[in-house]
Amino acid sequence: MRATSHAREARAAWLFVLPAIGLIALVTLVPVLWTFWESLHLHDLRMPWLGRPFVGLDNYREALTDARLRGALVHSAGFTVSTVLIEVVLGLGLALAMDRAWRGRALLRAVVLLPWAIPTVVAALVWRFLFDARSGAIASLLGTTGIFADVAWLSHPWLAWVPIVMADVWRMTPFVALLLLAGLQQIDRTLYEAAQLDGAGSWQQFREITLPLLGPALAVTVLFRALDAFRVFDLVYVLTRGGPGTATEPASLYTFVALLQHLRFGYGSALASLVFALTFALSLAYIRLARASLIGEVR
Amino acid sequence: MASIALERIEKVFPGGHEALRHFSLEIPDGEFMVLVGPSGSGKSTALRIIAGLETPTAGRVLIGGVDVTAVPPQKRDLAMVFQSYALYPHKTVRENLAFGLRMRGAAAGTIEERVAEVSRALQVEALLDRRPAQLSGGQRQRVALGRAMVRSPRAFLFDEPLSNLDPALRGDTRAELSILHARLRATMVYVTHDQEEAMTLGTRIAVLDNGVLQQVAPPRELYERPANVFVARFVGSPPMNLLRGTGQIPAGISGLDPSTAVLGIRPHDLAIAATDEADVMVMVEVVETLGHQLHLRCRTESPDPAPIVVATAADRAVAAGDRLPLRMRRDRVHRFDPATGRRLESASGGNPG
Amino acid sequence: MTGRLAAVAATIALLMFLAAPLAWTLVASLTPEEQLFDHPAALPRDPGFDHYRALFDERNFLVPVRNSLIVAGLTTALAVPIGALAAYAIARLRFRGKAALLAFVLAISMFPQISLVPPLYLLLRELGLIDTYPGLVLPYLTFAMPLTIWLMVAFFRQLPRELEEAAMMDGAGRLRVLLEIVLPIAWPGIAATAILVFLYSWNEFLFALSFTIGPERQTVPVAIALFRGRYQVPWGQVLAAAMVASVPVMLLVLLFQRRIVQGLTAGAVKQ
Repeated sequence: MRATSHAREARAAWLFVLPAIGLIALVTLVPVLWTFWESLHLHDLRMPWLGRPFVGLDNYREALTDARLRGALVHSAGFTVSTVLIEVVLGLGLALAMDRAWRGRALLRAVVLLPWAIPTVVAALVWRFLFDARSGAIASLLGTTGIFADVAWLSHPWLAWVPIVMADVWRMTPFVALLLLAGLQQIDRTLYEAAQLDGAGSWQQFREITLPLLGPALAVTVLFRALDAFRVFDLVYVLTRGGPGTATEPASLYTFVALLQHLRFGYGSALASLVFALTFALSLAYIRLARASLIGEVR
Repeated sequence: MASIALERIEKVFPGGHEALRHFSLEIPDGEFMVLVGPSGSGKSTALRIIAGLETPTAGRVLIGGVDVTAVPPQKRDLAMVFQSYALYPHKTVRENLAFGLRMRGAAAGTIEERVAEVSRALQVEALLDRRPAQLSGGQRQRVALGRAMVRSPRAFLFDEPLSNLDPALRGDTRAELSILHARLRATMVYVTHDQEEAMTLGTRIAVLDNGVLQQVAPPRELYERPANVFVARFVGSPPMNLLRGTGQIPAGISGLDPSTAVLGIRPHDLAIAATDEADVMVMVEVVETLGHQLHLRCRTESPDPAPIVVATAADRAVAAGDRLPLRMRRDRVHRFDPATGRRLESASGGNPG
Repeated sequence: MTGRLAAVAATIALLMFLAAPLAWTLVASLTPEEQLFDHPAALPRDPGFDHYRALFDERNFLVPVRNSLIVAGLTTALAVPIGALAAYAIARLRFRGKAALLAFVLAISMFPQISLVPPLYLLLRELGLIDTYPGLVLPYLTFAMPLTIWLMVAFFRQLPRELEEAAMMDGAGRLRVLLEIVLPIAWPGIAATAILVFLYSWNEFLFALSFTIGPERQTVPVAIALFRGRYQVPWGQVLAAAMVASVPVMLLVLLFQRRIVQGLTAGAVKQ
């Protein structure tokens, strides 16, 4: 008899949750499992007469010896490390500046959001234009220094990374700054007042109060960004298409090529599964971090 | 109006916190019952279980003699005034007052009539078209009260409704609540952590500590015959002095074996006496001037010095450092079991009060 | 004092770095094509809307704009109500396994899009939904649903629980409480969520690229990315298209800046 009140609430809850969870499972969970299943098959849409025979781990064996995949993974990892590092340093500076009360702060916040809010494709195009050998403002600016005169930035095997990384830093630094700003604003102001009375200067306040208390927010931000950066696709697709050759091709772009240009769905699915596994390890760390603060509250 | 009964309620929250243990309470029809205790004592949980907002882990809730343990709050026909008032911010005062009647399908004419009646009684007629954000704290409190009154529910529940008011307003509102209770003769259950509020409002008071009911009694009995050390210390201000063992309890208090009892004496029941009549000599450490009286924080000069507080008339000249002889009013000495903390009713020592 | 000055200078430099590219794009989109390469950093001698006119008249850019509006709109209209309902249950109702549920939703939102492409492609092909609106809306739910739930749980949790309890004491049932008390109070959160879902859908590229074929159903980002000239990149028109793609989201951001920031940070950093 007594259980009914609780049971009723639980039943209502599942009724509320079910459509959403069902939909999510349908469009994500099932596909991910399907991807893995697909990766155990030879499935080449260009050669339908081969059918779709089960080949076990053959696709993964091929992936292990695929130099193009190894390069792609290195590109993704390098892009992730360099962009996250730069964005967190610049973002922290920006967040500290925005944390100060000064006139025009609201306007600043809006301006800062714009690069993040516009489509990635647009951001990539803007930077492609800036680095365009013929017309690019930055290209000509750098050209005047003499060192980079007549460099075709976007078709240079490794200098092509400069516009790619810069575009991402341009786009995501504001976002990082906003996340860190939210963390900063949770720090009790009176701590700074107490530290001032204790004789701490601004650098000491930053070292002793801001950094330690911002630690969790910083960790969450870094992981969040890393997860996102590792999946980079749009930016590279528009800026270089992974070129010249495959010099700037990240893992998700190579997977895309294997799938929708080579139409090798079995092998492409194996690549997709690998990307998934790598990201999943990172996301587990993220969920562990977020769990304590967010999910724990729900109980 | 209806009686309320809690029968052997247990409440364990997920995570293992035991909020209520073996909790039973009878609230007859028309009583003003106050649940009082320190924070975490389980008093709010008990109220929320009556309301139906929490489900007990074990035990039964009866309203008007009917088991409502499994009945959701919206079907219990109780009214509740929340600490935060919980006025719907997007509705006007009028809509706030009408909401409960509307949910129960009252006719438009009836709603209008009742809202007018209640808003007149609470003097919020001029505010009917405002929203909660445009009201002062006191006005919000009255609207919250009105929202409860408008429907004549089977019982009123109050969850610390005065704690967000400033002290001046609190006294007035307290008096109004007493008048309201006398007029409506409604069953009211009131939760507070303030023992003074409990004493002035309740026809009976239930004292809780740590999820366990300590004592249920009318205010006067609670003060004069506290069931245990906890109640003795919790009710009354400043709290009752406690002396333990032969090192602290003066010899010669009749009917008391100092080695097997805890002695309690309220600050108001200590008198400054002639030296030869004194039970104990004390050294004054701090003098607190309250205007009409003084609170003297002292230390006894017994073999095992104990802190002791004395309340005395303000016209006495006392300063820190003074030595004073104190005498206890013999008929106001309380005795407690040192092991269980329970009150010992002794043959001698006289009847309190 | 010099430290402070340096900090101000650095901030201004950073702001320039953030603002200049967009400003430059706007200027360039108004510059006649032949002047674009004259002198990169100069203001145009006779600015005009030629590129925009060409964009809509010759390139039929209205088609991708319409597609994007429909797809992003449908995604938002579908994800927000369903997700909000689930979020309310997770934030407020008592039932077993909701922490696990939230962790699941969070995990889903971390799935790399590319690993969903192969099965979704095969599925959509099977259902004949490649190059259709449902063929984009369905995949878009993979990020829209977790995003909605995540944001709305944070919003619902900020609302005072006592309001709902008061309504229950007043005799309102669960659904009644949700419709008459929670929704009116939570609308700012719902609006912010809707804006963010719309924004993400408007900007999405990989799915739109994978699951459309011709210009008939391409969304704005895909149309821009696949822009071709006969001999070389028609930069004037490309940049005009970039502005067209950005203006709606920029407007949303400028109008609802505060709410968007609240939404973004409510989920991610709260400690």
